[in-house]
Amino acid sequence: MARIIGGVTSSHIPAVGNAIANGLTQEPYWKRFFDGYEPAKAWLQKHQPDVAIVVYNDHGLNFFLDKVPTFALGCADTYSNADEGWALKPVSPFTGNAPFSWHLAERLVEQEFDICTCQEMRVDHGFVNPIRALYGTRDVWPIATIPLAVNTVQHPVPSALRCFKLGRALRAAIESYDDDLKVVVFGTGGLSHQLQGERAGLIDVDFDLECMDRIASDPEWLTRFTNSEIMRRTGTEGIETIMWLVMRGALPENVKVVHKHYHAPISNTGAGVLVLENAFI
Amino acid sequence: MSWSPHDYDDIEGTYVFDGKHAHGAYALNKLLFSFCEESSRSEFERDPAAYCDKYGLDTRYRQLVLTQDFLGMLRAGANIYYLAKMAIPRGTSVQDAGARFQGITTEEFQQKLLAKGDGLVDKLSARGGYWVG
Repeated sequence: MARIIGGVTSSHIPAVGNAIANGLTQEPYWKRFFDGYEPAKAWLQKHQPDVAIVVYNDHGLNFFLDKVPTFALGCADTYSNADEGWALKPVSPFTGNAPFSWHLAERLVEQEFDICTCQEMRVDHGFVNPIRALYGTRDVWPIATIPLAVNTVQHPVPSALRCFKLGRALRAAIESYDDDLKVVVFGTGGLSHQLQGERAGLIDVDFDLECMDRIASDPEWLTRFTNSEIMRRTGTEGIETIMWLVMRGALPENVKVVHKHYHAPISNTGAGVLVLENAFI
Repeated sequence: MSWSPHDYDDIEGTYVFDGKHAHGAYALNKLLFSFCEESSRSEFERDPAAYCDKYGLDTRYRQLVLTQDFLGMLRAGANIYYLAKMAIPRGTSVQDAGARFQGITTEEFQQKLLAKGDGLVDKLSARGGYWVG
């Protein structure tokens, strides 16, 4: 039976990928940010999960605004990265697990999460950069991955509560799969940042830290905020933090906090890494 | 026909990308999205005005694109991520754009960002449990 061993969060900003690609991770600006990933990398190395379900948002690579699914699940054998407009070299393709994806799709729809299934899905920096930060850039990625895209770009976007409930449904879906898989869920994006408008540059360190602590110990706290309240505090792009709740919802109520790392600013954001371990492992 | 109000409408200096923006600026965002392709970027470079016409931009949007008025485009409904597809290849980072939105230099914008990290380690220590190196 498939088991969820835990969850990991990571920022997914483009600058992270650029810093890795350009060998800047030990430069003074980046060092503290990247050094704080080492315990998360060690945890993944120790537990060797087989599959990562990566919760992220597409920023206009796979989806254009002609069709914007609220939740979309990759159901393919492979997922390719591609040029997002910045002329960067794409990273190697990612291997999926199509039978597992389709099982998840079936169980999610049964639980009234009517997700969009994708047999072709290009994955952008939102998906790629957390994996690069956690595994380094590889020709062959050491873990199978399943993209789970949440619309955080075009409002209406799902509520924090809805994301948390999706996580719960995802947990039931994962745990009902027969294959003996060790699964980790990555919640990506956030924390506070606003890229647009005269309010650009907003970072709220205190709110970010409260989010990190509460997502670990009391995630329902964040589910009581409306999206407007979250954007008011964390910026329009900080709304991505709701995706951490998908990860958290997939874990049991009590989890072990293996690692907690926060750094600000990194590019325009407050960036957090949480490693939460399922109690039974 | 009227657009329903939202409780995020009064957040200052903020243009929440919703149906009103996505609908009104659909052609503009479609043009910006096309820049994922290198061939589209070079076609635009060769003749920006013709490229705007190809995407059916009306006079207002056309002018904003041709003058690279990023704040104007944002206010007119461009999505920030789509805008980045035009800005970044032209050497305008999101921090440059942020500075322009505020009418300050990029250095000033970066200094404001760096100041957000003041006292960070003390805050982490006070909360406890955070990695401190």
